Amino acid sequence: MKNLVVAYVCGVLFAVGLAVSGMTHPAKIIAFLDLGHWDPSLALVMGSGLAINALAFRFALRRPHPVWAKRFSLPAATPIDRSLVAGAALFGVGWGLGGYCPGPGLTSVPSGAPSAVAFVAAMLAAMVVYALLSRRRTSRGRRSSEGVTAPGDPQQAHEPFEPF
Amino acid sequence: MDPSLQTYSAHFTPVAAIVGGLLVGIASSALFLLNGRVCGISGIAGGLMTAPAVDRPWRVAFLAGLLSGGFVLARLDRDLFVFASEQSVGVATIAGVLVGFGTRMANGCTSGHGLCGVALGARRSIVATAVFVATGMATVFVTKHLAGVP
Repeated sequence: MKNLVVAYVCGVLFAVGLAVSGMTHPAKIIAFLDLGHWDPSLALVMGSGLAINALAFRFALRRPHPVWAKRFSLPAATPIDRSLVAGAALFGVGWGLGGYCPGPGLTSVPSGAPSAVAFVAAMLAAMVVYALLSRRRTSRGRRSSEGVTAPGDPQQAHEPFEPF
Repeated sequence: MDPSLQTYSAHFTPVAAIVGGLLVGIASSALFLLNGRVCGISGIAGGLMTAPAVDRPWRVAFLAGLLSGGFVLARLDRDLFVFASEQSVGVATIAGVLVGFGTRMANGCTSGHGLCGVALGARRSIVATAVFVATGMATVFVTKHLAGVP
């Protein structure tokens, strides 16, 4: 129960942080990606968020386990593979086209903004398709020969995963 | 693109960016320190479809927080979100497909790789972040400066 409350409160805080910093405005994201009229706001959001995380994560990992959980769910250390680079490349194209990444997109849905609703619906549909495709590949037993099982997803270190 | 929005977009807002960034950092730090979970939005959402059942309630709780936060914020100040014709629904849909597929393939997005993975010094996250920022910039360069599409 405690974990659920933490997750909920963190979700709320995350939404507030994104909205306060203007990250729910696709124009602001696109302006960060536009070197012609560069708006460095996003870099500052990332920078200040990273500063806090770098300190807090280091502090957290000195503990034997999280305060209210048995272990830290961290991704297995896996090599930089094609799936990582190709996936990040596709994501970047979508990010530059729409000006939304998953967090700001989801946070914008309750506002009813049509572009945000369309973005999130398409994003979730694509995630479902991806999950189905990778499940099918896994069940066919076509695991990667290098034995790569969980390249990097923090939440899914235990999930078998087949890089495309 | 609406010219007024273009003005807004070019407007550098350092104080708001730092305050918001600190909040986002506090949220992701708390999730890690207390629950041991990495605050990656694409992973949290995507995991709803792939993670074992015991691993789903916290994802639902986090996403409920994100959505209810968005709900209250939209009631407080609609201008925090975009309703103008800045973004066509068609473009947003194509963007959504690319983001959904790409983030699952790369196992992370701006938050999981950019905010958390980089903070942990993960090489995969540093590479992913460099790649998505680069292709994002290339995309904006093509759409805005070459094709002239908003």
